[in-house]
Amino acid sequence: MSDIVLSIDNVDKIYQRRGKSPVHAVKSLDMAVEKGEIVALLGSSGCGKTSTLRMIAGFEDVSNGAIHLAGRRIEHLPPAKRNVAMAFEGYSLYPPLTVRDNIAFALKSSNLHSAEVVRAVADVAALVEIDAILDRYPSSISGGQQQRASLARALVRRADLYLLDEPMGQLEPQLRAVLRGRLKSLLADRRMTSIFVTHDQTEANALADRIAVMEGGVLQQFANQKELKERPANLFVATFIGEPPMNVFDADVASADHVCFTIANGPKLDFAASEIPEAVRNAIGGRKQVVVGVRPHSVKIGGGRHEARVVSNQWLGDQSHLAMDVAGKLMVAVSHAPVPAKAGETLRYQINLSSLHLFDVASGAALSHGLEAA
Amino acid sequence: MEHTSRLERIIRIVLVALILIFFLFPIFWIFLMSFQTNEDILRIPPSPFFTPTISNYQALITGKLVSAAGTLDIPFMRNLWNSVLLSSVSVVIALILGVPAAYAFARFKFRLGEDIAFTLLSFRFAPPLLVLLPLSLYFQEIGLTDTYAGLIWVYQLIALPLILWIVRGYFEDISPDIEYAYRIGGHSWWRTFTRIAVPLAGPGIAAAGLLAFIFCWNNFVFALILASADKQPVTVGSLAFVTASGIQYGQIAAAIVLSVTPTLAIALYAQRYLVEGLSLGAVKG
Repeated sequence: MSDIVLSIDNVDKIYQRRGKSPVHAVKSLDMAVEKGEIVALLGSSGCGKTSTLRMIAGFEDVSNGAIHLAGRRIEHLPPAKRNVAMAFEGYSLYPPLTVRDNIAFALKSSNLHSAEVVRAVADVAALVEIDAILDRYPSSISGGQQQRASLARALVRRADLYLLDEPMGQLEPQLRAVLRGRLKSLLADRRMTSIFVTHDQTEANALADRIAVMEGGVLQQFANQKELKERPANLFVATFIGEPPMNVFDADVASADHVCFTIANGPKLDFAASEIPEAVRNAIGGRKQVVVGVRPHSVKIGGGRHEARVVSNQWLGDQSHLAMDVAGKLMVAVSHAPVPAKAGETLRYQINLSSLHLFDVASGAALSHGLEAA
Repeated sequence: MEHTSRLERIIRIVLVALILIFFLFPIFWIFLMSFQTNEDILRIPPSPFFTPTISNYQALITGKLVSAAGTLDIPFMRNLWNSVLLSSVSVVIALILGVPAAYAFARFKFRLGEDIAFTLLSFRFAPPLLVLLPLSLYFQEIGLTDTYAGLIWVYQLIALPLILWIVRGYFEDISPDIEYAYRIGGHSWWRTFTRIAVPLAGPGIAAAGLLAFIFCWNNFVFALILASADKQPVTVGSLAFVTASGIQYGQIAAAIVLSVTPTLAIALYAQRYLVEGLSLGAVKG
């Protein structure tokens, strides 16, 4: 039952700069968001995520392409006519008004009765815990409180789409965790379709149904958390998603009756051809070189065919992070039991075929994940 | 520590007093002169003790200047009214034109935008005398010489660039997201401009308007060349006090007091408003 609310079709954003070459901030973006879905736009600064949000809101022109929202083509409409709500990263509360009036003025144009406005403001204020400061002015409250007021101002509206730009960046960790839970259930209960921008993976994982990973203006992958982790579309997503990041190595491939990935000055990952499904062998094709990747959680410590020197070993209270010297690079392994190894010692480890990700050297596109072709 | 801070305080008081005397004494002296006869003023050595007279003000208000050579008509009150009319209408027009223009320059990047803004600013670089000659020829040609409309138009050269550039800075300081937040709530561009942007830039608009008013009020040379006696402001009208039988210092002093009063009053009023507006401030939170 797919019920598309927002569809972004082949959208480009090109910033023309005086006397300088234009910046292509968003490139051929295609995205479809379903009714009630919570989507995270995840990426580092300058990856085009905020430009995307602003094009949907109508604060930036679309250089190319079309945006449809709730069955209407909106990319040429002024922001007022798009029926979207937005919480701004810079809070953007109107200084001469109290927090209460700031939230209420978002409802002024919606022809609600004043009693309903009062109730809606009270409800949303309770949700983000700003009841006590409703009569204060924005300049007299903290950054975190301003951020929550700004969030409340967006959530109080009845809109087709909610855009949240770094909605919790300024909050203390504890409050952030509480608010995430409440926000998630509010959005889910009311089936509020929303897109939020963040650079924080934890936040994206906690809130979003699907995550759109952007880099260099290009949508790298748009999938749920599990898929991003288990089947990253390319090398960027593979190393960007996950904490600690995936270990990747350049490897030479020799395939005959054995398929052998040789990491220069490092381990030889050697598998019998019969172990490797045909789909994966086809994906490797005639390549002489690939990039192999393995998640830190999939490096099996203690026993196995390979040896490496331990560079550091940290027990984080619930897991060990081991950094090992493999082929002149650091390979990080995570173990959920304490590992008694000290720095300088050598340790045996094992990498299984089922946890190996293969990528094309030139394009970085994924070839296979474990026993399946990408 | 206490000793130094005390010394600092004393030095500060002395310096402030010196500055105040330097700037305020001439005004105080003019004020005294305005109540003296020409004989009292020209007495050597000058004396602070004299019999005050209001004859100077009388002469200005009735428009009859009585001097040794006879009675002279001076249209001082008319000049004063001209100043008020020319300056305030000029500033109002410059605000109506300049504030939206400043907003456009601050918010929108458009082709030649910077060039246009700079051209408008460059009107202030050109010496007025440079443009006056061609201007007076044009004005004679199209019949604008000696009209209020013509003067107000020329006064835009003074007021418009000033307002444009000061107000533009204020608009640029306001985070555009505040306006976006209002617009996305279903309000039109125009409502956002009038309800959010203009009030937030209020102190800047007031300051620019005040400054433009003072510059217009003090202008001399445009009105001297482009208007005749009945359209001229006080700055030009004061020339009438240089008469055949000598310079009427008493009347000049009274005229200065009268002509400074409106600008001073506006400045004092707006100053209070400015401080109020700026202390609200904190657009950036």
